[in-house]
Amino acid sequence: MDNDKPKQNPAYVKEQLSRRSLIRRLATVAGLGTAAGYLTLAPEDWPFSMKDQTGLRSKPVITPLQLTDFRVEKPAMASDVAVGRGPNVEERLRKALDAIGGLTHYVKPGDIVLLKPNVAFDRSPNLGATSNPEIVEILVRMLLVDCRAQEVRVADNPIESPADCFAKSGVGPAAERGGGRVYLPDSNAFRTLNTPGAVLIENWLFFHRPLTNVDKVIGVAPVKDHNLCQASMGIKNWYGLLGGRRNQFHQDIHEIVSDLALMLRPTLTIVDGSYILMKNGPTGGDPSNVKPGDAIVAGTDPVALDAWAFEHLLERGTDFPRYLFKAEEKGCGRVDYRGRVELIT
Amino acid sequence: MSGPTRSKWDLPRMLRLTNVRILSQVFFFVAFILACWATWTSRLGGYPVSRLLEMDPLVLLSTGLATGHVYRYLGWGLLILAVTLLFGRVFCNWICPYGTLHQLTGWLFNIRKHPDRWKSNQYKKIYTLKYMGLAVFLIMAAFGALQIGLLDPICLMYRTVATAFSPASDMVMDALSAQTGGTFFWDALKFAPGTERRIFVGSFWIGLFLATLVGMNLVIPRFFCRVLCPLGALLGVFSRFAIFRINRDVHACTDCNLCLTRCEGASDPHAQLRLSECFGCMNCIDDCPEDALSFTFLGQDTKQVIPGTNLGRRRLVFSSIAGLIAFPLLKNHGVNTNANYSDTLIRPPGSVEESEFLERCIKCDQCINACPTNVLQPATFKEAGFEGLWTPVMNFNIGHCQLKCTLCSEVCPTGAIRRITVEERMGKGPFAEAGPISLGTAFFDVGRCLPHAMEIPCVVCEEVCPVSPKAIQTRDEEVKNVFGKLVILNKPFMVPDLCIGCGICQTECPVTDRRAVYVTPVGESRSSERRLLLHKRNRPEA
Repeated sequence: MDNDKPKQNPAYVKEQLSRRSLIRRLATVAGLGTAAGYLTLAPEDWPFSMKDQTGLRSKPVITPLQLTDFRVEKPAMASDVAVGRGPNVEERLRKALDAIGGLTHYVKPGDIVLLKPNVAFDRSPNLGATSNPEIVEILVRMLLVDCRAQEVRVADNPIESPADCFAKSGVGPAAERGGGRVYLPDSNAFRTLNTPGAVLIENWLFFHRPLTNVDKVIGVAPVKDHNLCQASMGIKNWYGLLGGRRNQFHQDIHEIVSDLALMLRPTLTIVDGSYILMKNGPTGGDPSNVKPGDAIVAGTDPVALDAWAFEHLLERGTDFPRYLFKAEEKGCGRVDYRGRVELIT
Repeated sequence: MSGPTRSKWDLPRMLRLTNVRILSQVFFFVAFILACWATWTSRLGGYPVSRLLEMDPLVLLSTGLATGHVYRYLGWGLLILAVTLLFGRVFCNWICPYGTLHQLTGWLFNIRKHPDRWKSNQYKKIYTLKYMGLAVFLIMAAFGALQIGLLDPICLMYRTVATAFSPASDMVMDALSAQTGGTFFWDALKFAPGTERRIFVGSFWIGLFLATLVGMNLVIPRFFCRVLCPLGALLGVFSRFAIFRINRDVHACTDCNLCLTRCEGASDPHAQLRLSECFGCMNCIDDCPEDALSFTFLGQDTKQVIPGTNLGRRRLVFSSIAGLIAFPLLKNHGVNTNANYSDTLIRPPGSVEESEFLERCIKCDQCINACPTNVLQPATFKEAGFEGLWTPVMNFNIGHCQLKCTLCSEVCPTGAIRRITVEERMGKGPFAEAGPISLGTAFFDVGRCLPHAMEIPCVVCEEVCPVSPKAIQTRDEEVKNVFGKLVILNKPFMVPDLCIGCGICQTECPVTDRRAVYVTPVGESRSSERRLLLHKRNRPEA
């Protein structure tokens, strides 16, 4: 063999890039290049442009929710607020509810109802820092049986561990015994809520999950001493639906509490005078801070209701907290309860 | 192997030892994950969620050496020792969840072709390293520096699931739950349901630690188990006495080395069996084409076994000396002593005095997993030095310690957090004389406090203070502020006699970066050295 010639396999056949595939390749590169160039460089107002000249276009857009008004017109003859007194919780509750027109007037068959108790702390029921579990159980049962509600939800966003607060306050087990469902504040349960007219929380993170598709909302609150805003009752109870760094609102506590009255217009407010936290509130911690009582107050005017409870349950006279007047200014009710409260013993 | 007439679904074939082993591994792995899942306030109903830790004989031995006592359920460790004395180191390949994770990873990703495959399962000298590590750990434990938790596979698994895996898993469940709306299915799968997402300081390193060791499987199969695992080393020491073991019938063996193909422990079943390395995985029995291998106690060929650890006396002495040196190095590092301790080193309620705590804590972080408020965090070097790395510490910026909660003390396997009742914690009933358990004392940084420094009403701290009477009280002052408006300031002040250091004031303080009220450990009731007040003024004089 001739050693100078490069070795070659005579069977080897070269395959040349065809014109067609060359064009196809060039077109692909050009197409991708144009598309990328358009998306990145085209002015903002052109269709499909991804351009962000100011850095503002890429900011996340939050579309806040709005809540419906949960109020129901009361029967013509019923009073705005009613106080039921009696030896046991069920009797007190029934008396109070019947005087404002009966629960069946407010909740219709097939409704989804949210009960909002105050379960802020990991405390046993006798300490008066949380809502009375007995009321919650009876109410859930009345809603499901008497009113034939489709579903009763019980929810709060406590300060301490939610699971512990619901368990040890007795509210969680009570709700489940009655047939209700407890909603705990999971990290995906919050959304931004828009409250027109609110000063501090016009747009604020809100415990929204239990309110999805809800028809009626009923607040069930204890009566508690509170150093900064004097008293925590029916309106202050809605604090437990706020998320985010809600503790900064203490810098303007009366504004925020009156905002809460505007944020949630409940179907009914129920305030319990069975265990009244007279001092060391709102946490309590010792049975000696609690005064036992025999009254339950229910009503459609939360402002009048709180005013009455402040004077008669907490026994603080008529020097009402400023937030009640602010709530009145915002159109959430009237402080002057005279002639609108019915007492049933 | 199987002849052409044997069906794949033949019952004796399906019930062979390797399949039983896989069942056992699945059972224990699922049990372990379930235990971590059940370690949550709404699920803990007296279930033995820390049992796998309590069964760990290395925990038994090292805490026994450090404290001279056996806490609560740690006697369960004898069970695993008994199993080892009967069957050898089967714990590693039948029970250990970390071992299962390693084996699974290797099975999925460690694809080697013959002959690399069987060569990677030959014994290597470096596999004696674990015995040296064990010697160092045990010598240190005997002097009172417990560090086995760094590498003990059970502690490592519990710790990683608690601080790295569970929050990641919960993130996924949250996303799925948000997608599906309405239903609570995904929420039930969460490790911590019904609360905002938990965070764990430094959990990246904890996760990376575990992941790196698992990744090493691609370099050396079962790297951690063969080279590092101190528990495996301990069981290896004991397995020399095992009654059952793999036995090779030399007459049947054709020296084909196929038994090494899937040998988990690299214990040389093709030659003299290294008994202390054998995990009892039984793969070699499956892989032997001549049926020369069996797991038996009758008719063992005593020439075909090396029972010892191949450590050698010199290396044992060397590692003992290393342990002797490591102990004073750790103890004299000086960040965790009564003379100099971090003002952020706040231990959970029920914790024993700090030096005793360090003799007991195995860094398993079960307490951290059980904590319902996320206040318990794995300590970093900053709080606890190297010695206290990943031990539980309270971070009151993240959460507070709930007054009536004793969950961490319930799940602690070693008594670093002693089992306490709510009664003891609150200082009620028979504990009235001792008073409530205090974790530290709260202080005000008045220069940052809104009412004190800026004439702005606030007192969230007073509102949330859980004791009665409140340890944070207020003096009401009416002042004309800088803009000429009359404001009522409730200026808060501390009553240290009443403070139990629960930290809720710090958690809820709206000055969110460096809090205007904060808790430091001085005054913690577990230590007389760290006492603050000579007399508690609210109590009658003794």
